[in-house]
Amino acid sequence: MTHLARGALLAAAVLVAMPSAASAQQKTLDAVKQRGQLVCGVHTGLAGFGAADDKGVWAGLDVDYCKATAAAVLGDANKIRYVPTTPKERFTALQSRELDLLARSTTWTASRDSSMGFSFAGVNYYDGQGFMVKKSANIKSAKELAGATVCVQTGTTTELNLADFFRTNNLQYKPVVFEKVDEAVRAYATDRCDAYTTDASGLYSVRLQLAKPDDHIVLPDIISKEPLGPLVRQDDFQWFTIVKWVHFALLNAEELGVTQANVDQMLGSANPEIKRLLGKEGEFGKGLGLDNDWAYRIVKQVGNYGEVFERNVGAGSRLKIDRGLNRLWTKGGLQYAPPIR
Amino acid sequence: MAVSTSIRPSRAAALFGLIYRPEVRRAVYQVVLLAALAFVAVWVVNNVAENLRRQNIASGFDFLGRTSGFDVSQSLIEYSNVSTYGRAFWVGLLNTLLVAALGIVAATVIGFVVGIARLSSNWLIARLATAYVEIVRNLPLLLQLFFWYFAVLKGLPSPRQSYALPGGAYFNVRGLYLPAPVPQPGFEAVAIAFAVGLLLAVALWWWARRRQALTGQRFPVLWTSLLAVVGLPLAAFLVAGNPIGLEYPELKGFNFQGGIAVLPELMALLLGLSIYTASFIAEIVRAGILGVPKGQTEAAQALGLSKGLTLRLVVIPQAARIIIPPLTSQYLNLTKNSSLAVAIGYPDFVSVFTGTVLNQTGQAVEVILITMGVFLTLSLVTSLFMNWFNRRMALVER
Repeated sequence: MTHLARGALLAAAVLVAMPSAASAQQKTLDAVKQRGQLVCGVHTGLAGFGAADDKGVWAGLDVDYCKATAAAVLGDANKIRYVPTTPKERFTALQSRELDLLARSTTWTASRDSSMGFSFAGVNYYDGQGFMVKKSANIKSAKELAGATVCVQTGTTTELNLADFFRTNNLQYKPVVFEKVDEAVRAYATDRCDAYTTDASGLYSVRLQLAKPDDHIVLPDIISKEPLGPLVRQDDFQWFTIVKWVHFALLNAEELGVTQANVDQMLGSANPEIKRLLGKEGEFGKGLGLDNDWAYRIVKQVGNYGEVFERNVGAGSRLKIDRGLNRLWTKGGLQYAPPIR
Repeated sequence: MAVSTSIRPSRAAALFGLIYRPEVRRAVYQVVLLAALAFVAVWVVNNVAENLRRQNIASGFDFLGRTSGFDVSQSLIEYSNVSTYGRAFWVGLLNTLLVAALGIVAATVIGFVVGIARLSSNWLIARLATAYVEIVRNLPLLLQLFFWYFAVLKGLPSPRQSYALPGGAYFNVRGLYLPAPVPQPGFEAVAIAFAVGLLLAVALWWWARRRQALTGQRFPVLWTSLLAVVGLPLAAFLVAGNPIGLEYPELKGFNFQGGIAVLPELMALLLGLSIYTASFIAEIVRAGILGVPKGQTEAAQALGLSKGLTLRLVVIPQAARIIIPPLTSQYLNLTKNSSLAVAIGYPDFVSVFTGTVLNQTGQAVEVILITMGVFLTLSLVTSLFMNWFNRRMALVER
């Protein structure tokens, strides 16, 4: 009943919250500044992307995007109220204006970008869906999963890709669909399912939480494209542009070699591109509706994209995920940002 | 001037008098309230439509005809990922109805047994029943569902080490696999025999009642009608030469294929819902029985009725009048509580429709409206039936 009640509550929020939005159409930027706090939708708990520790301190790649946005807009990366959302609730929460920003490893798709009324500000993690199975099952490829039972979380593109994959390969399977990742993983661990499927990044994170991580392997097959990124509502172009450029600032900072440690020295750099990034030249922050130090604050308080990646999911973390597609374009990856000029 | 004033007061008084007439005032209030409600409804609908349009969110019910693209683990009707969202709606609804119907039957049976056990003169039985009621009804249902689900999963072996049950059935962590009956040619005869037996039993019952009313003689209706309902089809079955084939489940690859699979999610949900609701029903039953004055039992015994007859003819009919209304609420609760299924992976209506479909389409307003409509309809139908039943059972005062 609680889930139904929550859904109804969100729908009611859509009904009730909209009139005020329609009459005033307050800009998200103004609302955030007035509140002095960014309301950021995050994961309920996925190590490396968005999870709270035992002291309630949030950390992760997506969480750092919340922080970078708060640093740019409010000047303080800690002025954030985190709202943990399940995949099922996240969209309604954003639609109903409960959130300013949703940074929750959400896949950029056509329907979400159109009929659902959202805009994706960029791709902060290029991912793909994979499978995790028990080593004892002796499987080397996802194509060997004929007749398998697969645990999956509801409300995700994962559920659809799974169906597509088995349909394309003409294989039988049984999905068992859970609302929360914890129950899905627990069911997989108790042998209710032969495989657990989600984005590959999530698989690595989940594997570490299992009792014996070494008893489980992530299959090499990647069955889908999962460009994950932060998203906002479609009806506020200014706010969309800000979040988009927060992402680009993180990338540009890495490309220019500006790090959390050297950003203060870089203020004196002669490189015109660095000068423009850090607000020493031009009025780029003003154009966004912020001040010119916006990107300086992002790097100072959060770091550049490379640092964010390594700290949360890369070599500096327990996940140790290879950067792969998420390298900068200059290093053979896909991460590319338009220039600040 | 003088003329008009002499007429006006009488007209005004008539109009004034109208206002003071209670039936007129009642009607006016009703009309005003109705108009206000209609206005609010129209305003909400327009406002929502306008805002959805402004936010570029799709609206309307067209999505029901589009391909769903996802699979469901348990479906009572033909369904695959190329079916429509509309079809997924029915899959979810039927799954909810299945668990609600089975749960209501199980909860009623357990509830009656425990309720009567609480009144038992046997100290141990009465205390056990009390402990059951007090523990079960004071723990949150969601917690109990998790307990049953993971208790069921933990206790069962993997498919390769399945428990083989007699008759070709298997039990493992993936579910209970039963042989599925497949009707062979000649099965129609059995079905027809069953229908004839049923009709015969009804006729017999009606005739026996009439005879007892006229002559006072009783007829062993129960045994004869049982013979008609069970014996006739059995005879037809034997004559037609076993026209039912069995499809046995077989271990192929990861899982058993074929036969009927009862998912562990369904078992856990049924256990959780019926055990929880039964604890409330037990209390209702106990209250109902205690609500019948002791004098009634004593009077029945004084008339020489046996203990069984006293219970059947005197106590239960009177207790039923107290029991049925609150029992209705428990049935409604069970149906609504079944929406907790999503937590343990059972594909009920809320999980399939309000979960996956809502998420894939993003049309929260429409999906929630449909969901509310469905639960309202289910609840109203249940209470209509129970009200009818209650009226039949109620004491007819003469």
